[in-house]
Amino acid sequence: MTTPTSTPPSAGADDTAPPTETVRLAAVAADLQDERLIQPHGIGGTVRAFGRRVRSGDIGSLPVVIGLIVIWVVFSLLNPNFLSSTNLVNLTLQCAAVGTISVGIVLVLLLGEIDLSVGSVSGLSAAILAVSFVNLGWPLPVSLLASLLTGMAIGLLYGFLYTRFGVPSFVITLAGLLGFLGLQLWVLGSTGSINIPFDSWIVQFAQQWFLPDWLSYVLVVLTALVYAAQLFVTANRRAAAGLSAVPATSIVVRSVFLLLVLGVPTWYLNQTRGVGAMFLLFLVIVVVVNFFLTRTRWGRSVYAVGGNVEAARRSGINVTGVYLSVFMLCSTFAALGGILAAGRLAAANQGSGGGDTNLNAIAAAVIGGASLFGGRGSAFSALLGILVIQSISSGLTLLNLDSSIRYMITGAVLLLAVIVDSLSRRTRASHGRA
Amino acid sequence: MTVLSTPETHTSELVLSLRGIDKNFGAVQALTAIDLDIYSGEVVALVGDNGAGKSTLIKILAGVHPQDGGTITSGDKRVSINNPADSNNLGIATVYQDLALCDNLDVVANLYLGHELGRGTINEVEMEKRSWGLLRQLSARIPSVRIPVASLSGGQRQTVAIARSLIGEPRIVILDEPTAALGVAQTAEVLNLIERLRERGLAVVLISHNMADVQAVADRIVVLRLGRNNGEFRVADVSYEDIIAAITGASDNAVTRRAQARVDSADAAAAASEPIDTALPEEDRP
Repeated sequence: MTTPTSTPPSAGADDTAPPTETVRLAAVAADLQDERLIQPHGIGGTVRAFGRRVRSGDIGSLPVVIGLIVIWVVFSLLNPNFLSSTNLVNLTLQCAAVGTISVGIVLVLLLGEIDLSVGSVSGLSAAILAVSFVNLGWPLPVSLLASLLTGMAIGLLYGFLYTRFGVPSFVITLAGLLGFLGLQLWVLGSTGSINIPFDSWIVQFAQQWFLPDWLSYVLVVLTALVYAAQLFVTANRRAAAGLSAVPATSIVVRSVFLLLVLGVPTWYLNQTRGVGAMFLLFLVIVVVVNFFLTRTRWGRSVYAVGGNVEAARRSGINVTGVYLSVFMLCSTFAALGGILAAGRLAAANQGSGGGDTNLNAIAAAVIGGASLFGGRGSAFSALLGILVIQSISSGLTLLNLDSSIRYMITGAVLLLAVIVDSLSRRTRASHGRA
Repeated sequence: MTVLSTPETHTSELVLSLRGIDKNFGAVQALTAIDLDIYSGEVVALVGDNGAGKSTLIKILAGVHPQDGGTITSGDKRVSINNPADSNNLGIATVYQDLALCDNLDVVANLYLGHELGRGTINEVEMEKRSWGLLRQLSARIPSVRIPVASLSGGQRQTVAIARSLIGEPRIVILDEPTAALGVAQTAEVLNLIERLRERGLAVVLISHNMADVQAVADRIVVLRLGRNNGEFRVADVSYEDIIAAITGASDNAVTRRAQARVDSADAAAAASEPIDTALPEEDRP
């Protein structure tokens, strides 16, 4: 507090401020009037403000982006094929399934909870899809719906157990990990592996469908335009409300930056097969989930419950509803990820959703910046994290390294990410940004 | 905040009246026949030692648990407060000692938590504009409303918690130990804030252990002791010692009884005519 103690505690003190002061304040936006605020001026100021934020531990996705660049540089030096268009197209397709699961993990992490069973749930969903579609001859949409509804029901069960009995989510989902793996094996039956016909559209969608070049560019430009329009509308509304607004030049710079970030990789992927439909679906899921997290009451409640459950409860937020919805979404995304993985493999077997699926999905969310302590992270954590995980996996495969090495390196990267999370949390606390 | 933008003149009007409130938890009679009147434009301090029943009384007002006996009247009609929603509907806002803020959210999000503006999507611009309006009216010194609450000082956090209670346009604000964890300057700031609430015509119920704060800001002091009313004073005409005496029951407690006993036995020895057991307190004599 910088209030001088000599100021009398009389109420009218602020009304008696000299008129010149009032005039000066009126010219400044309502949110910038405090003289203690350090205000960035021009581009240099913006850069300095960014540097200050990073030093105080508010690093956002910076470590992941730097990590991703380092990984790509190292692997492309070791094997020039790594950055080839063909390999990057494969990389995007590999990202989609586990990335979708990881979006659900980000949601439960935001609540400060965990779901360890996403791998088993994705495997179960793949098994249900294959058995009902191939063996039982159900129409594909019905099979897909059955898989997704199973995922949703599992999430509902988790949410019920958590909110009703207060069992830690760690234990509930650990039980689910075993239980649903068993159910997956039981559903698959004695054959253990079921091939999904190559000409079914789920396999085509996952393996063969790519955006036409023109469509991919149209989508990139549209996205940048929508982003710019949205920034402009917000800036105008803020200006109308007497608040500080982002200047037009900044909006243009940001939009052009986004256009390049989206456009250049799209162009590069288009050199060979292009942008896969499955990867586009993953991107759309990330953007939609991000929208709901940042712009709706539900999203605000998720962050509030992750930050302070008791505060959320006293504010009248339906805490039980938030837990139920998030556990349901997480399991549903796990089921969807299982469907995408089955489509890409054109089969469901006893190994579906097994191996490193579980840990890759959780590691991706954490590496991408979702805090294990709850209340921090965004849907884009899943995207960035899965890019890191799959880049490592793909690079090591190109180097003909054994899966033993791959596991060890992925484990080391996960450990590094958690250390960065803990360190930045500590720095934030000491800089008052926790 | 329309309620805040029209500061009322100092007309004190009875907004809530409690009569003969009883509350027991199992075998413990936490409150016995408590009376409390709450007037608009007035700060009433609720003081008492640990276990005096302050928190229990507040929880009855906040709708955490209903009273077992007695009546609550608002205006001229009897009301019952069975849950927090009833309390809200009566225009009672409670700021608990732990503040209940979400550290990871910014000031605007905390102010409007659970009551976000906008249809479908959250109207951040309107919320930020109104937040500034509210904080300015309270002359709250918060540098930015777009920083996480974790980065604010204790006094600023208290300010945010109090400002949040005003979002629902209450008539009565209950503050539970608002200065307990604050430094000197921050305490002064919160006391200023309490005075501003009073000037806006709100009724303020202040719970505090700090007699200096109570005497600085309260108009009226209601003392509870062991679950009963133990005196009501106007701050203007009561001394610090009188309040302490009422809180501790200084005229009748272990310390005074012992002192009295020594005097009595000395008298007895001097007179040398009565047995030693007259040293018992007055009420224990046969």
